[in-house]
Amino acid sequence: MAVDQNLKIELGKQGIFVTTIEELYNWGRRSSVWPMQFGLACCAIEMIATTMARYDLARFGAEVFRPSPRQADLMIVSGTVTKKMAPQVVRLYNQMAEPRYVIAMGACAISGGPFKQGYNVLKGIDRYIPVDVHIPGCPPRPEALIQAFMTLQKKIDGQPLTGEGRPRHLDAEAQGEFPVPEQGEHDLEPTSNKGVWPVPITIR
Amino acid sequence: MTVVENKAERAEGWNRPQVIEPDGEGELLEVAMGPHHPSTHGVFRMDVALDGERVVRLKPVFGYLHRNHEKIAEGASYLASMPYTDRLDYFCSLTNNWAYALAVEKLVGQVVPERAEYIRVILAELTRVQNHASSIGFLIQEMGASGTPLMYAFKEREKILDLFESLTGSRMMCNYMRFGGCRVDVSASWLDATRKVVAGLPAFVDEFEALLSSNEILMARCQGVGILRPELAINAGVSGPMLRGSGVNYDVRKVDHYGIYDRFKFRIPLGDHGDIYDRYMVRILEMRESIKIIEQALRDLPAGPIMDTRAKLRGFRPKPGEAYGRIEAPKGELGFYLISDGGLNPYRYRVRPPSLINLTILEDMCLGHNVADVVLIFGSVDIVLGEVDR
Amino acid sequence: MKTVEEIKAAIEAAVPGAGVEFVSNPSASAQHSLRIAPQSAVAVAKFLRDDADLAFDFLSNVTGVDWPDKEIAEKVKVMRWVTKTVDGPDGQKVDQPVEETVEETRKRIESGCLEVVYHLYSVGKKHGPLVLRMRTVNRTDQVDLPSLTPVWRSAELQEREVFDLYGVVFGGHPDLRRLLMWDGFKDHPMRRDYVEPDDFEYEPTPHDEVLKRAQERENREQRTEGPRDRGLAAG
Repeated sequence: MAVDQNLKIELGKQGIFVTTIEELYNWGRRSSVWPMQFGLACCAIEMIATTMARYDLARFGAEVFRPSPRQADLMIVSGTVTKKMAPQVVRLYNQMAEPRYVIAMGACAISGGPFKQGYNVLKGIDRYIPVDVHIPGCPPRPEALIQAFMTLQKKIDGQPLTGEGRPRHLDAEAQGEFPVPEQGEHDLEPTSNKGVWPVPITIR
Repeated sequence: MTVVENKAERAEGWNRPQVIEPDGEGELLEVAMGPHHPSTHGVFRMDVALDGERVVRLKPVFGYLHRNHEKIAEGASYLASMPYTDRLDYFCSLTNNWAYALAVEKLVGQVVPERAEYIRVILAELTRVQNHASSIGFLIQEMGASGTPLMYAFKEREKILDLFESLTGSRMMCNYMRFGGCRVDVSASWLDATRKVVAGLPAFVDEFEALLSSNEILMARCQGVGILRPELAINAGVSGPMLRGSGVNYDVRKVDHYGIYDRFKFRIPLGDHGDIYDRYMVRILEMRESIKIIEQALRDLPAGPIMDTRAKLRGFRPKPGEAYGRIEAPKGELGFYLISDGGLNPYRYRVRPPSLINLTILEDMCLGHNVADVVLIFGSVDIVLGEVDR
Repeated sequence: MKTVEEIKAAIEAAVPGAGVEFVSNPSASAQHSLRIAPQSAVAVAKFLRDDADLAFDFLSNVTGVDWPDKEIAEKVKVMRWVTKTVDGPDGQKVDQPVEETVEETRKRIESGCLEVVYHLYSVGKKHGPLVLRMRTVNRTDQVDLPSLTPVWRSAELQEREVFDLYGVVFGGHPDLRRLLMWDGFKDHPMRRDYVEPDDFEYEPTPHDEVLKRAQERENREQRTEGPRDRGLAAG
């Protein structure tokens, strides 16, 4: 139950801090999102630039890039996912602990981007894993990645701890393990995870 | 540990990696480093066999970023491949543009106006400076100095990227050169801004060197590690700072005199030992030489058009034939090989990727070293996966 | 540097029966090349590397090229006998064989091949490029070529790439595996007749070709899966 905003301010003036568990919990979660140190292609360089002095991702509590998926909360899919790499990306995602989030950075991670025609290019990582924030651009500027971060923080802030729309780690029913595609003789098998990504229909 | 010199030069198999026998105690440990490994500059994989800490076998695995650049280019018009070349070596999009433009210009016999040549040189050398700075930053990061040298490098890189952005519209994917010139002209204010940045570069290199060059840890980790013999380097097609770090005087800028490089005074730094430290030092010195070239080019930049008026843009159909054009990219010799059948698309479009070919001798350099040195040796090759796998 | 013709003469003098052929390049670059017979390729390569004048010690680039089977339609003039009805001497119509020239379109299949192109430079003499080419017999079963990796190490990864993407089998290569695609992959995707897996999703577009492919895909899926739920599977 949320506290009335005016009452909260009034109490704050008297030195009394009122909050809810939900707010406190989500504040803690969103202020220390640890991304995985995981670069795929061109966008990874912009991701590195974002963490460097000029753009300084540390302001958002996300400067700690963890090399191990077990310690990371956020996977930034920064670049083209090829069919050779896709099983590894899904496996890494499976190894991350809940709550975990995914940012698809750049046109390639969203849809294959300029390399969409390629025989070895996956046409978007959301075919296999759920994506929370998409950033368009080729590559997106560091400001765009920061914007994506703020969007993700807003999303985390808005997640209730119970009921519909709660984060997956609080939902015992939620799917935790996503099937890893196999490399077949001609293509990945299956070509998409239908539970995550409904095959779009052609409308004419 | 130094690699034992193979005295039987030119004997059968002299250019193969030597076989290292395990010492027989314990079992070999097979480690797959990558494709997700923080030191692999992206998605590269090394299958390493370890005898204790010692590397006895190393097999690189490629293809995790194989984006079918060549296949896509064969279905696209000549100009439509220009933005794709940006994404080959995504640190140095402008030199990639130049190499491709050069190959097509060779194919059709296109000339480039003077002013465009000067602009190309300025941009290519700026690219070289920021590439070498970042690559050294990454190398030291792999040594364990988490962040600091890389931040120095990226601070300077951002200034250069600002110049690229104000000229071409994009920080990284510049898509700037055209067959027979450049896309937009530089303005007086851009030149002023460039002069300011270039004036600050020597101080940056001095600071960078003061931080690193005589650092005891850096010397202990780099000197005598990952030695590459010059005759093997040549035989294995190694190019760029790797080749010159081994003491081979071969720079395409001096050999081919492509563009207008014969008009500038600059020297080619060479290494003595061919170890990681020499490669590091060659890169530092190349930055200084590049700054000299930029200063000369900014001084001599003539007025005039930036596109050849006879250059054909629409319906560009080269006559049947083929051409191989190459330049000295920051990573090494970057070449494009084009076969035209007279159509709108190239019949065959091939990139000669310096990063991939420089990795041919990765195993030779790593054998016998500790696993911690593998990361360093790999970092000293200076690769970008977009170019390795294309 | 010697001209390509002079190099050809030098090779023929040094390697008897080398089977070197001059290939002219009509483009502005004028980088002419030499086609060498596969059986003498290694000997020629060793000569080019070790000869004191040529000293091509630096193999820069290895390229695979696919030349598919070509169907050539040519018009041929053929003489043949046709029966024609002519007026006979006694006013009657008579069938009589007459020789006539007819134009006929004949189709023949010119067998394709796979080609590998090597670009050589000399680091010591600072000259180049010299372009060498080799051709396989056809594109299906006789795709063997000798590997030049023992001569120039830089061919190692590049020949693996040509093997992967074109399917040229290099005899004598120390480690011939796929380079870019995964090991279980069956096709050679850079060949011009390669059909890539149809994994596009089709957006509404006025582009005929895309629409046609979308229609084909829809028909195919309806045959195999029955009518699809309209994209609501995930909920």
